[in-house]
Amino acid sequence: MSGLFDAIGPHAGFILASYCASAIVLIGLTFAILRDHAAQKRALDALERRGAGRRSGRGAA
Amino acid sequence: MRHGAPAPATDIVGIMASLIDLANPTRFMRFSAALLPWLAAIATLLLAAGLYLAWFKAPADYQQGETIRIMFIHVPAAWLAMMFYSMMALSALGTLVWRHPLADVAQKAAAPIGACFALICLVTGALWGKPMWGTYWVWDARLTSMLVLLLIYLGIIALWRVLDDPSRAARAVAILTLVGFVNVPIIKFSVDWWNTLHQPASVLRMGGPTIHPAMLWPLLILAIGFTLMALSLHMVAMRAEIMRRRVRTLTILEAERLDRLARQGAPA
Repeated sequence: MSGLFDAIGPHAGFILASYCASAIVLIGLTFAILRDHAAQKRALDALERRGAGRRSGRGAA
Repeated sequence: MRHGAPAPATDIVGIMASLIDLANPTRFMRFSAALLPWLAAIATLLLAAGLYLAWFKAPADYQQGETIRIMFIHVPAAWLAMMFYSMMALSALGTLVWRHPLADVAQKAAAPIGACFALICLVTGALWGKPMWGTYWVWDARLTSMLVLLLIYLGIIALWRVLDDPSRAARAVAILTLVGFVNVPIIKFSVDWWNTLHQPASVLRMGGPTIHPAMLWPLLILAIGFTLMALSLHMVAMRAEIMRRRVRTLTILEAERLDRLARQGAPA
């Protein structure tokens, strides 16, 4: 790790912190969007299985 | 129609018809499901290539040294924060003027993504500013207007959450978005209009870029990679929002149906 810091120079901490902070924000954003997508898909599938969109009561199990 | 005569009206009608076709949420779901894997794969390849070039091929700057590597994230983040806001302003027009069925879905899905890029721009800018300017923050025009953009994004996200009814929320957010759009040209031209600590534009400027191709290419490749990544995330977020609205509608329909059944079964 100290080798990497030496290679990047005296401002290595600032450079690596920039990349780490960006990675954390983007990974967090991606995770949040994918989790929301999966949750909505699960909820929609469950409602469709119960026949929630049907006008009559026949779909109710 | 005469031979060789242009048919602009027919073309416009054709384009409008295609847009209306895509505006159908069911068609959008099908189209986005097919496009997403390709978009995500190309984004990943471009980001990997761009990061390799930025770290192993681009030279250190003669003045700023190795800190120039922060530029490869900072600049695309700034561009995307402004691009996503501009997209949201167009969507706001789509909501208010054309009542496009996907406009407010696109706008709602874009806000957190734009906010994240504005945040990345501010954080990486502060971390670049400390070694180069001697300070993390100054209240100059460029930095302050970018902070205002982040605050507008957060305001828009908050407004979406406060109002339950999506159509009411869409109109309120659309008005706020259009009012806030005045900040985008201020961010872009702040370095020309006022004396700021921030350097003037060096890529998107009249007369062409002023940075060396060895730095420009990784920057452009990363910018396209981040853009495709952001568009992929936007598409997934739009799909989630369309499903959320279907869930809301189906839940209301189910509640009405159960209520009707309960009334039929109840003694008079």
